Amino acid sequence: MSVAYPVVFSALLFSVGVYGVLARRNAILVLMSVELMLNAVNLNLVAFDVWLRDALHGGQVLTLFTIVVAAAEVGLGLAIVLLLYRNRQNIDVDRQDTLRETKQEAR
Amino acid sequence: MTTPEIVFTALGVVAVGSGVLVVTTKQLVHAALWLVVSFGALAGMYLVLTAEFVAWVQVLIYVGAIVVLLLFGIMLTRAPIGPSEGLDSGNRLPALAVALGTAAVLVTLLVRGFKDARIDLKPGGGSADALGEAIFREWVLPFEVLSVLLLAALVGAIVLSKGRGPNDRGGARIGRSGPGVRGSSPGSSSRPNGKGR
Repeated sequence: MSVAYPVVFSALLFSVGVYGVLARRNAILVLMSVELMLNAVNLNLVAFDVWLRDALHGGQVLTLFTIVVAAAEVGLGLAIVLLLYRNRQNIDVDRQDTLRETKQEAR
Repeated sequence: MTTPEIVFTALGVVAVGSGVLVVTTKQLVHAALWLVVSFGALAGMYLVLTAEFVAWVQVLIYVGAIVVLLLFGIMLTRAPIGPSEGLDSGNRLPALAVALGTAAVLVTLLVRGFKDARIDLKPGGGSADALGEAIFREWVLPFEVLSVLLLAALVGAIVLSKGRGPNDRGGARIGRSGPGVRGSSPGSSSRPNGKGR
């Protein structure tokens, strides 16, 4: 099997995740898109590990580590989103603009 | 095209297609369910690449745990079950341009770079046996550090989401801005996901 297959699919999946992160407004959907991007990276790691026959199995072990980090990230991210919802009653990322400078301050 | 390539391409089309549905669907719950399809197809791709342990870990952690966690998040933020407006922000076209640019650059670069490299698919390299040996021989220190990181993250999540009782004066208090606070006033007239529900 050519290396181009997994690599191209992971690039496409990564681009889909990029679109989701930029275009979605709901914070949970943004988290889902981040998961898509992480999975694209995992596919790359596994493909290169299988291709290069790494003696230490670096790619697959790093994939497992990435999955653990993703689990930690989702847990913490959802806690933050729930806190945001409790404080603000909405989780739209483009309406969390308390730290934005207003026009008067920008002058 | 050999049989692994055909199977891999089919699974890849399913993964990317359901990924597109995740980022375009109008229903929050459907996005989470399409995410299950995408991750399942990815697990199948790992299986084709002979990384069987990673494939089952993917099914267990992603499909079993992370998607359920996301569904809990959807439920706890009282998202509507039916189609809801306002899931997409106003910058869809720039986002589409950036994503298409990323895809074009990455795909051209990677196809030109790797179209001649061949993977020799031989079973056994990704078994739990081989991976367990690798983790507990060469990767022990990162493994332990990662377990401490996971513990710290989950303790942090508990501290963040601990309920604020009437006499709880610590921790989870992020600057609470009422409706009159400066800075939250512009754009607050259109709130599709707001307090109305």
